[in-house]
Amino acid sequence: MDTIAKLDEIKTTPWAGGRSPFQIEYGKLMMWFFLLSDAFTFSAFLIYYGAQRFSKMTWPDPDLVFQSIPGITDTGAPLVFVGIMTFILIASSVTMVLAVEAGHRNAKKEVVWWMVATIIGGFTFLGCQALEWTHLHHEGFWWGTVPSAEVITELGADGVSAQQFANLFFTITGFHGFHVFTGVLINIIILIMTMAGVFERRGHYLMVEKVGLYWHFVDLVWVFVFTFFYLV
Amino acid sequence: MSSEHTKVEHAQEHESMTKSKIWKVFFILLGITVVEFIIALAVPETLVPKPVKDFAYIILTLVKAFYIVAFFMHLKFEKYTLIVGLLVSFIFILYFIVLMINEGNYMNSHMNL
Repeated sequence: MDTIAKLDEIKTTPWAGGRSPFQIEYGKLMMWFFLLSDAFTFSAFLIYYGAQRFSKMTWPDPDLVFQSIPGITDTGAPLVFVGIMTFILIASSVTMVLAVEAGHRNAKKEVVWWMVATIIGGFTFLGCQALEWTHLHHEGFWWGTVPSAEVITELGADGVSAQQFANLFFTITGFHGFHVFTGVLINIIILIMTMAGVFERRGHYLMVEKVGLYWHFVDLVWVFVFTFFYLV
Repeated sequence: MSSEHTKVEHAQEHESMTKSKIWKVFFILLGITVVEFIIALAVPETLVPKPVKDFAYIILTLVKAFYIVAFFMHLKFEKYTLIVGLLVSFIFILYFIVLMINEGNYMNSHMNL
């Protein structure tokens, strides 16, 4: 085969041109790009938290800071309440994939019900977080505020590390909570569009998949927040 | 993107994520979280030192992250170029972690005298 014939050969490799190497729908690709940038933001927050924690001689013991279940007990139950919150968020992630799965079958009714379940899960998580914040606020933690010196010593920390802990806890879980809140709002919009039959007329439920990506990302961030604030 | 293309994609995705598979991933995620709880609450630190526990938490978290991204976010079934394109970007995050942990250690040994 001479050189010219070789040049004329049609290439079919992913990067040969003529088609997208990613072969993914435009909106989904853009959602992935957004999520990547958001992952950088959350990583920056969590890495700064790690650096602060490494730099301090003491740090509040998470098992002592988070040991209440609002409305049931104030002490002696570390990890239980946050465990419930984690379960709620993972469960709402599952209902979201089930909505996407129903969308593939163009089953409008099922999409509606799974979206409703996802929205309920999102609101429940936000409610739990509000209780958690209220509890810590009553303990004396807030942006720029820490409990009295005796309480801080009991938690195994000093004034500086307790302050860094408080600021970073409210900033990071607040930023995550804000994502959950916007996620719930977007889910509600998609639910209304589904009920109005917009996607049925369009012939596909790709919008459900796109908000699904966002919703799973929120769950993903929580997995990391849970580890670094409550377990480590 | 043409509607024809979207339909092709649809058919592929339909095969990849079934209801039973979704529930399987859910129980894997739940199981890993339960294991984390057992490590945190039932394993005494005299038996397993805190740094080892922390290492275990981080590994388990990464496993959970894999299941969420690969199956729930469907990345495992996307084109290889997209998977690599997204994952390679995480080199920057890894590098940032190394830098900042180093910085934290430096501050710990020089500012807390």
